[in-house]
Amino acid sequence: MTRVYVPRDSAARSIGADEVAVAILTEAAVRGIDIELVRNGSRGMLWCEPLVEVVTEDGRVGYGSVSADHVADLFDAGFLTGGEHSSRLGVVDDIAWLKDQQRVTFARMGIIDPVNLDDYQAHGGLRGLRRALELGPEATVEEVLTSGLRGRGGAGFPAGIKWRTVMQAQADQKYIACNADEGDSGTFADRMLMEGDPFTLIEGMTIAGVSTGATVGYIYSRSEYPDANNTVREALAVAYERGVLGSDVLGSGKTFDLRLRVGAGAYICGEETAMIDSLEGLRGMVRAKPPIPALEGLFGKPTLVNNVMTLGSVPAILADGSAAYQSYGTERSRGTQIFQIAGNVARGGIVETGFGVSLAELVETYGGGTRSGLPVRAVQVGGPLGAYFPADKLDVSLDYESMIAAGGMVGHGGIVIFDKTVDMSLQARFAMEFCSKESCGKCTPCRIGSTRGVETIDKIREGVDRANNLVLLNDLCELMTDGSLCAMGGLTPMPVQSALRHFPEDFQR
Amino acid sequence: MTSRHATWSVEAGQQVLDSLPVDERLILPALQAIQHEFGYVPREAVAIVASFVNVSVADTHGVLTFYHELRTTPPAAVTVSLCMAEACQAVGVRSLAQDVAQAIAPVGQRSTDGTVDVVEVFCLGNCALGPTALVNERLIGTVTAESLVRAVASAREGVNA
Repeated sequence: MTRVYVPRDSAARSIGADEVAVAILTEAAVRGIDIELVRNGSRGMLWCEPLVEVVTEDGRVGYGSVSADHVADLFDAGFLTGGEHSSRLGVVDDIAWLKDQQRVTFARMGIIDPVNLDDYQAHGGLRGLRRALELGPEATVEEVLTSGLRGRGGAGFPAGIKWRTVMQAQADQKYIACNADEGDSGTFADRMLMEGDPFTLIEGMTIAGVSTGATVGYIYSRSEYPDANNTVREALAVAYERGVLGSDVLGSGKTFDLRLRVGAGAYICGEETAMIDSLEGLRGMVRAKPPIPALEGLFGKPTLVNNVMTLGSVPAILADGSAAYQSYGTERSRGTQIFQIAGNVARGGIVETGFGVSLAELVETYGGGTRSGLPVRAVQVGGPLGAYFPADKLDVSLDYESMIAAGGMVGHGGIVIFDKTVDMSLQARFAMEFCSKESCGKCTPCRIGSTRGVETIDKIREGVDRANNLVLLNDLCELMTDGSLCAMGGLTPMPVQSALRHFPEDFQR
Repeated sequence: MTSRHATWSVEAGQQVLDSLPVDERLILPALQAIQHEFGYVPREAVAIVASFVNVSVADTHGVLTFYHELRTTPPAAVTVSLCMAEACQAVGVRSLAQDVAQAIAPVGQRSTDGTVDVVEVFCLGNCALGPTALVNERLIGTVTAESLVRAVASAREGVNA
């Protein structure tokens, strides 16, 4: 029986994957052909979704940008045996866009049925957890430390140091809190992992739990991600049923309970201390540090807070050893980063590769320029708090240190492309407006500063006392950078000042 | 009241709270459970949640007003959540919002026939296929005003069915 894959990823579904799946089943029934239809995650080539794959003798053959209307046509073309058709992309594993990547965290993405634990194990799943249980806590934490893994949520703090701090903390209860509040525009890697390979996240969190001594974990996700939340719930139920979670993790006698919590539309809850407040059921207010969450976090107990991508990288590190992970990347930015190419882009999607790839390569080689066909003018890297780069400065290397040196940050790896029609003074205004809407309100530079920022940029745009207001805006940005309690107010000036620096003409119209 | 949600009563509200698992007997999860069931958090529910969680009404009100998504009035039959963040700005959501204002309702408002709320959200995680909107719980990519109107119509049928 021929096996056909149609993604269940919400991006694929947003442009008709469900309709394609139904059409394929209907057409097969009409023609009396037996097929097995599997709903996989997305390969990350979002530019050719819905991507239908058929298992043939040569491998999985892909047909891109399929619509329900084309399905009968595909059957006529003999797609079930890899037949020729205008939408045929060839063997998917051989497509350069995919083949040239270094898929580690996303190794199984789009390949397996996301909620089938046997499929997961057949593709290397649970090897990391088994090895962690053999190694014991100290050696497991040592592996994470020597892998060089740094926090993928944006801050880039060495994960192993956090893990060791929580492991060594003495308490009657410790927690693992996974930050899945992926609110940055231009980022969707967390969502895709939760929808396309949720067991990887569950396995990573379980490794974190059994090695730091935390018996309870929470995934803090977003209400904007209904599909991801449903898939995670499904996967959690399977993991409990199969003894991956619960009071006897894989027969080790260790306990790890894992639950999903969903936010209610507040960007600030992606900040780790605000997230902890929200997990406690409170307003998502930022807390001053110290105390650090690793010692006094959720309900005052030691809490390991890591992003989905950080925890999702752990199974591979444990399975294949820290040396293998270390071999990717550059200097102090080890391992791979899951870049997300978004916005006005011809070929958007996920590119996982070692740190050190250039921004130009992602924008031009992978992205293929803009969707509109107009020249690229600006690229924002690292979410709403990241810097805008002009088209002639894309030769920067994407690693933590080089990005800081270039006046930006890697952030969560989101890359948003704008064409030449963008008005950068409007983008700068939006950065301030977004901060004023999403600020938790605890500190004045962020709460009031962002409001004054919007007003000042409005005056500049209207041509009111422009020279003085530009000085005032830079002054305000400095104050917000230095005086804010967390990255929300502290980094909002980054997109504003990068727009001022690289696109001064847009503030003089 | 819309048919995708239950009708509020003190007894029904209490029942929703009583069925919460022990570790979700906190302000936010309790308010979310109420909203999930009834579509919004009625004024009357605030004191009930406060006493259930054993916190003050002020603290409960504080949480209710902090989160953008929690609402104190019933929603329309269909909610269109339009992403207004950077990746969608890059593919023209600002001008799309003007078309949506003509075709359905301005962002932040209800359609004149009272059946559709258009709300702004920041990022639905579909940033390579924008502009993007959620119509109730259905995600739609490369949105145009026309495709949104069609999605609203089919969501409306779903609600009435």
